[in-house]
This record gives sequence, C-alpha cells and structure tokens, in this order.
Amino acid sequence: MSATGIGASVKRKEDFRFLTGRGNYTDDINQPNQTYAYILRSPHAHAKIKGIDTTAAKSAPGVVAVFTGEDMQVGSIPCGWGVNNKDGSPMNEPFHPALAQGKVRHVGDQVAVIIAETYSQAKDAAELIEVDYEELPAVTNSEKAIAPGAPLVHDDAAPNNMCYDWELGDEAEVDAEFKNAAHVVSIDLTNNRLVPNAMEPRAAIGDYNTGTGEYTLYTTSQNPHVIRLLMGAFVLQLPEHKLRVVAPDVGGGFGSKIYHYAEEAIVTWAAGKVRRPIKWTAERSESFLSDAHGRDHISHADLALDADGKFLGLKVYTKANMGAYLSTFSTCVPTYLYATLLAGVYTTPKIYVNVKAIFTNTVPVDAYRGAGRPEATYLLERLVTKAAKQLGMDQVAIRQKNFIPADAFPYQTPVALQYDSGDYEATLKKAMELSKWTEFPKRKAEAASRGKLRGIGISTYVEACGIAPSAVVGSLGARAGLFESANVRVHPTGSVSIYTGSHSHGQGHETTFAQLVSETLGIPLENINIEHGDTNRIAFGMGTYGSRSLAVGGEAIMKALGKVVDKASKIAAHLMEASPEDVEFKDGKFTVAGTDKEVDFGTVALTAYVPHNYPHETLEPGLEENAFYDPMNFTYPGGCHICEVEIDPDTGTTQVVGMTAVDDVGRVINPMIVEGQIHGGLAQGIGQALLEACEYDDNGQLTSGSYMDYCMPRADNLPDFKAATETTLCAHNSLGVKGCGEVGAIGSPPAVINAVLDALHDVGVQDISMPATPQKIWQAIQAAAVLAAAE
Amino acid sequence: MYEFSYHKPSSVADAAQAIGAADDPKILAGGQTLLPTMKQRLASPSDVISLRGCRDLVGISSDGSTVTIGAMTTHAAVASSADVQKAIPALAALAGNIGDAQVRNRGTIGGSLANNDPAADYPAATLALGATIVTTKRELSADAFFTGMFETALEEDEIITAIRFPVPHAAAYAKFDNPASRYALVGVFYAKTSDGPRIAITGAGQGGVFRSTEIEDQIAAGKTPDSSSINESDLNADIHASAAYRKHLIGVMAKRAVAAAG
Repeated sequence: MSATGIGASVKRKEDFRFLTGRGNYTDDINQPNQTYAYILRSPHAHAKIKGIDTTAAKSAPGVVAVFTGEDMQVGSIPCGWGVNNKDGSPMNEPFHPALAQGKVRHVGDQVAVIIAETYSQAKDAAELIEVDYEELPAVTNSEKAIAPGAPLVHDDAAPNNMCYDWELGDEAEVDAEFKNAAHVVSIDLTNNRLVPNAMEPRAAIGDYNTGTGEYTLYTTSQNPHVIRLLMGAFVLQLPEHKLRVVAPDVGGGFGSKIYHYAEEAIVTWAAGKVRRPIKWTAERSESFLSDAHGRDHISHADLALDADGKFLGLKVYTKANMGAYLSTFSTCVPTYLYATLLAGVYTTPKIYVNVKAIFTNTVPVDAYRGAGRPEATYLLERLVTKAAKQLGMDQVAIRQKNFIPADAFPYQTPVALQYDSGDYEATLKKAMELSKWTEFPKRKAEAASRGKLRGIGISTYVEACGIAPSAVVGSLGARAGLFESANVRVHPTGSVSIYTGSHSHGQGHETTFAQLVSETLGIPLENINIEHGDTNRIAFGMGTYGSRSLAVGGEAIMKALGKVVDKASKIAAHLMEASPEDVEFKDGKFTVAGTDKEVDFGTVALTAYVPHNYPHETLEPGLEENAFYDPMNFTYPGGCHICEVEIDPDTGTTQVVGMTAVDDVGRVINPMIVEGQIHGGLAQGIGQALLEACEYDDNGQLTSGSYMDYCMPRADNLPDFKAATETTLCAHNSLGVKGCGEVGAIGSPPAVINAVLDALHDVGVQDISMPATPQKIWQAIQAAAVLAAAE
Repeated sequence: MYEFSYHKPSSVADAAQAIGAADDPKILAGGQTLLPTMKQRLASPSDVISLRGCRDLVGISSDGSTVTIGAMTTHAAVASSADVQKAIPALAALAGNIGDAQVRNRGTIGGSLANNDPAADYPAATLALGATIVTTKRELSADAFFTGMFETALEEDEIITAIRFPVPHAAAYAKFDNPASRYALVGVFYAKTSDGPRIAITGAGQGGVFRSTEIEDQIAAGKTPDSSSINESDLNADIHASAAYRKHLIGVMAKRAVAAAG
C-alpha cells in the first residue's frame, strides 16, 4: 500500500480551505450589479389566495421588481420518479408551482418574490404586500389526511389526499404463511419526521447574460446537472446549452440539497426579467420551513414465525407523509428504497408491503440520510427484538437463526433485490466483542447501584446504495438514469485533473478520488486535482446521494483511468521501442518485461502533448479520457450496531454510554474518512432516536421551527464511538466498494431504542416512540407504574 | 432588523440621558436576547443605547460577606472569578453553564436580570440568594424586583448598575436543561441563608422565577423537599414538558440542589 493510495488514512486535502474560512460557497459569490431576493412565504398551512396587492411594495425604496404566481407562469416543479397504484394506474401528481397559484398548502409555501438593491429593502417591501387569504382547515398527519372528510390539499387533483396506494408482493401468499405460523408478532410504530439542518442554508444566484442569452444558476446543490435537467427541461424550458448550473463548495446536504427547489427557478427566471443577477440566501427559519424534511412514516407490521423462531412471513402496512408537494425523489423513498429492504439480513421467504403515500399541509418530505433504509431497518429491528421477547428467545440467537448465511450470496430476496455479498455473522461477532456484550449484566448491576437503569440494544442491518443500475430503476419508474461520468485530463507535465459528476459537500471526494488516481498512476496527491460542481466544466453528472459517489462516481473515474493507462502504455511502448503487450505499468513507471527499459509517467504525458517522437499512424496526441459507468446492481453494506444507555428514572433522561458500529462498507479507500462518515451517521441516528422532534400543531404551524425547540445532537449527547469495519468485497464493481455515507444513520436508531426499551423493561415499559425524550420516558414510566398498581 | 439609531455613551449618567431623549429606546447590554429579537423583526426600537462603553459597570468585588457584581460583567467573568468561586461557588458554576462560550463572553448579569426570561438561570440565583439590585435610581430587593414573565420593577429610564449577593452558608443550583435550547426547563436554586432556606425556581412558572415557601418550610423542618405543594395550573406547558412533568422535575431538582449544597 502506498502512503497516498488505496487504504491510506490521508488527511483531507480540502480541509485547509474549509477550516481556514477560504471555502467558496454560494453566498460568498457576488456578481456585478447584483440584486437580492426575499421570498414572501405563507403564514398559513392551507388557504386560498383571493388577491395579492403589491402596489406599495413595488414603489418601496430600492425595490427592483415584485413577482407573484400570476406573473410567473412556468412549468410544474417535476417529480423524478413515477410510482403506480396497486391497480396499475399512475400516481396522482398535482401541479407543483414555483410561486403559489391561487392556493397555499403549507406554512412556508412561496407566495411572492421581492427583488431589491439590498436584502433589507426586499424584506421591508415584503411587509407592504397585502395578501388576502381565506384560511382553510389544515391536516398534517398522514392517517388523519386519508380519513373521510379531511381537508383536501390538492382538491380534485388528489382525491382522499392519496398520491398512490402501492404494493409489493402477494398478500394472499403471505397470508397463507401466517395460517401455518406458531407465533405472530405485531408492532405499530412511527418513524419520526426530521428536519435536515445542513450547516450551510440553501442559497441561489440567478444570472442572465444579455449578450449571449445564457442563464447561470449558482446553487447549493448535491447535483448541478440534475438541477439543470429538471429546471431547464421541465420548469423554465431552457435548453442545456443556454443554462449553466454551478454548485460550488456546499456545506452539507444529507439529501436535502438533492432536489430542485422553487427558489432556484425563481431567481433564474426573474434574472431574465430584471436583467440583473439576483441572490437569495435562506435564513435558518426559512430552512426549517422550506428544505425537504425526512422520514415521517406510520407503520403496522406482522411477523409470522414457526415454533423455533424461524421467520415465515412478513406483512407491512405503511403510510408515508409526502407533505404538500412531491419533491424530486419523494415517491421512490417509501417504495423502492424502503419496501425492497424489508427482508433485511434475514431469510424471510414471503413478504408483502403496502405503502400509501399521502399529501398533507406540511413541508414536502424527501430523502434524508439513509432515505427509506432507516425506516425499513427501524421497523424490522424493533420487530425482531420484540419477537425475541415475545417468544422468550435470546435477541441475538433469533437474529442468527434467521440470518442469510455468508455462503448464500448472491441472495435473491422476495422483495426484488439481489444481495451480492455480505457476512452478517462476522459483523455481529465483532460488534459483540467490541461492545463487551457478554459482560453487560455486570455493567447493569453497577449502574443500578447508582440508581440508573442500564439497557443494551442491537440492530443487524443491510442497506442498498450505490444508486443505481439505470435499467433496473427505469423499470421501476425512475425518470432518469443513475450512471456517473468522469473525465481524466493528464496535463503535459504529468499532473492530473479529474472532472467528476459526483458532488462533494463534506464527503471528502477531493481526497478519496485523488487516492484512486495516486494508486493507479503512481503520482503524488499534490499533482492531482478533483473538479466538480459545474455543468459547463463537467461532461455530465447525476450527483451525490444514496452513498453512490465512490461505488458509481469512483468506478467511472477508475474506468477513465484505465483508458488513460492503456493509451499511455502504447505511447511508452513506442518510446521504449517495445510491443504494447510487453509493457508493464507500476508505481508510475512503464517497463518492458525482461529488460532494463523504463520510462516514467511524466515523460509519457509530455510526449503526448509534444509528440515529436510519436506513433501518429495509430494514436492521437494528447492524454485525456472520458468514461461513463452504470452499475450492474445496487451495493449492499451491512453490519451490526450495539447501543448502551443509562436512564435516570427520576427525570427520564437517557445518556448514550456506548455505541459500537461494525459496518461492512466494502473496500475502504480512506479509513479516516470512512470513520468520520460513520461518526456523522451515528450522530444523526442518535439524534433521530432521542432528540429530534419535528412537531406541527393542529393548525399546521411548525412548533419546532428553530433551534430553541428542535434539538440537534451535540457532542455531549454522544459517547466515544467504537467504529470498525469488517469487509466483504462488492462482487460487481472493480474496487469492491459499497458505500459508507448512510450506514451510521441506518443501523443506529433501532439499536438505541432497543437499548432504551431494554433499560425500561424492569419498570414495565413496553413501548416508546422516537424521539425518546426525557418527558416521554418519564410519562411512560408513570403510566407503567399506574398500570402495575391497578393489576 | 429595522433601522435604528445607535448610541454608545461612556457613563451611566449619559446613558440615562440618551434613554430619556429617545422615542422608543432599548438598552443593549450583552445583546444575547435583544439582537436576535431585532433580527427576527419582533422588536423595533427607535434607539439602541449600548452600555458597553460604561466601564464603571464592569467588575467583581467581595468583602467576605457580600459579593458585588457590576451589571455589565459577563457570564464568563463571573464563572472564572476567584472571588465568586470562593464565596458563592454555586453562582460561579451557574454562570459557567449559561448558553455556550460565545453567549458567556457577551451576555451580562445585568442584561439577564433586566430581561427576566422565565427560563434564565440568573433570576433563580438572585432570588434565592436574596440579592439586592442596585440601579441608577434605587436599591431593590430581589423579592421586589421580579414582577412577572419578562417583567421587572425597573422603570423605563432606570438602569441596573450592580447586584449585591450576600454570601450564603451554602448554596447549589440544580438545572434540568431544555434539550434543544439548553435554557432551564426547570432550575432550582437553593441557598442556606442566615434567614433560613430560600428556594427559587426558574423555567417552570408562568409568571417567571418564583419562590416556594412550602418547599423552604420542608427544608427548614429537615424534611426531604417535594413539589406536592406546587400548583400545576401556575406552570408552563410546551412541546418539551407538560405542567405535570415540570412539577415533578421541581421536586427532583429541589432534592438535588439541597443534597449538592450539603
């Protein structure tokens, strides 16, 4: 292993500029003659707009223009994935306006844009706009939204507020398994809605070049090419060659910056109208009200088992809250990223899943770190632990009994996916060792002597990422391919620029991808540059989400590097007067087997651009290659998370005192970056399980709309993590990589809640919902005590 | 934030004058509440009078029986003061746990008391310790100073100059954090004073900080304190804690404060 190649914990190249304030984020960019936009948002969850008077605002100091939905007649913000109902009919897909068209559907919905010389002036003028609202009753809970008589978010465009009523599997076949079952274990649970909270709020700058007729959008996006496609082709009807989208440094996304948002279309469209650049930057409270939220499932599940605890069948019924509009990937999250994961790491032969996607008067819901897989894992791992308890089995033994064995791969699940690799026993064993599982009773007794309730919880999981094989997702309703592109440009002096369609917004691509190049070409990291985030500079890109950057984007880079090495070998063969088949390339040097002939990579690069002595008959000058890579399958990271908590029964406070994560993420390129990704995922998983409560009141007001009320995980909420990897290689890509970005957030929430319930078992508490806040736990303890007293 | 006129007088007398001359003035101490409120456009004073130039309002002194803290002394200064740590360690610890490092370096004791946020920490210490609030016009007992949620006995043009804390025999503050904001969901400050035990509760009451003479009597009688005497209907309820949970926490925190004071 070289010091800068695959497997080396190289310090992140990008951190110097990030840590010293030299990053270049969207809000850092300023254009000559720039104006500022303020978006007037709905204060109501559901209302008709009977009229908007902008007269006073238009003549306010500094105001350049005011536009409402009446002015901005453009296409619907598109949804990227069509899902069909059980009966084969297409889902309901109501119009999604950039600026409200006669009706607002959630608090924060865009009503008007005010463009002024300064942001303050725009905000002042917004107060002069008079909107005549006729308030309507609102509904925020998905179960209530499909009850008879519920307010209709989209009126006739979505009867019963139903987006789709979808199923996977044969319900009758699964019912037959239940008839033979010795035991049936059932669970009802919610997967709590989350607010993503990237450190950098969203921002966008629209610019129109009056000379060329070209538009440029700078935006906080995880995938600028996707934004160009969605906004250009569907909303504003701008062809690719007249629309450039730049996503410069981006400060975190976690999914929330995948989607095409109204503000991007508004500033781009309006820049064409006012013929000046327009900058919009979200305030944090706007982020709460306009960044797509995550999760929000209500589920019921039944598990059928034989007398020995072997799983026979699983039925899952889920109501997924879509919010007020369909965000870009919203529809695939509770279906193809959730239902398809409900086999988990188990051999359950028959599975049926029904998912109803439901409109409500809330912020749209879409993928958030893990997207569908955390929801599936939470449901399964709560259910399996409950089954162990109900059957009087050991919670580890019941898992082992049902694991897909390591020699069973490739393994076809009953819910469409084919897992290529994994070893769930190995990750389990290592996690149990690291967490000192067997010594837990001693720790529990010691905690009890201090008046604390100590509990331990486990979760064993698999997820599907490396998104995704285009043909497969196309057959499932995706309206795009999910390949990736790469361009390797070798410069005349032998330094290299990589142009990748993956986008880095905290993941460390500039380092990991450079390590791939260093390993392959044998050149130092400082001679390598990773370029991303600009549709005018990068050939194409599907962006970063679903832990796909390395497994798809990295593979594209490897493919292009392979082409470079091929061509360079031919040039080297010419220089060494050898046959190309005899040339070997290692550690940056071309050699001819059995001779002392040698030429280094830099010499070959120079020869390609100064081709005086060159095989012109067979080769073109230059050394630059493109590649597109479309994966053969998803990748399947898996592992085991073990959490240990101590609960103060007097206050209900939970302290996480141990968190062990053993993950199989495939081959690890940079162990330090992988560990960092896992730490971040665990923090978000613990946040979901214990802290983060996104609450709406009955009027549809977001009552947890700031950090005063929405609890983000802080360092003192987290223990020292024990994170380790246990590797099986991905069987269908050249690097053997799987993905590490989401596993922390996928595996941990059920481990935490199982630990909380283990701790509360002795005081009679059977169930708790996420987030398990101190108040909730205290109330559960009180309720159990009342129940015990009554018995 | 709306436009306003900014003043930075160099003495308390000049500050009082500037207040008198303004239409709708606000005094800026550390700004940890006022500035966010103005940024959210929830406050729109015509004039902001900063006390940052009034150096005579900064400083800590101790004579063994009384600790005097200038109104513009930051939380960080109180937390790290050897005098406070020695005389009233519970007060230093309380100051060291307010907000985060940035807040503690800007926020001031006078600003906190004048604002009287119902979930702030300092009001509990001030009331329990029976401190005296010294202003440009008079001296007020803590019992008379706090009049309700975000309400004090201060007049419009009256400025706190210092707080005098009598040194107790023992004291402790037990705080249950709001998990999100880290303000007090319930905070109980217990002081063993020459006049007997004093208990002040912050975070819980609809009227802001309050004393519980019932709990004080329990402690005086040598009993373990409990919150059975607290009337739930006087307590706050929000998404983080019902009134019942707050009432329960008052008992737990009172017990912990008494135990910690020794």
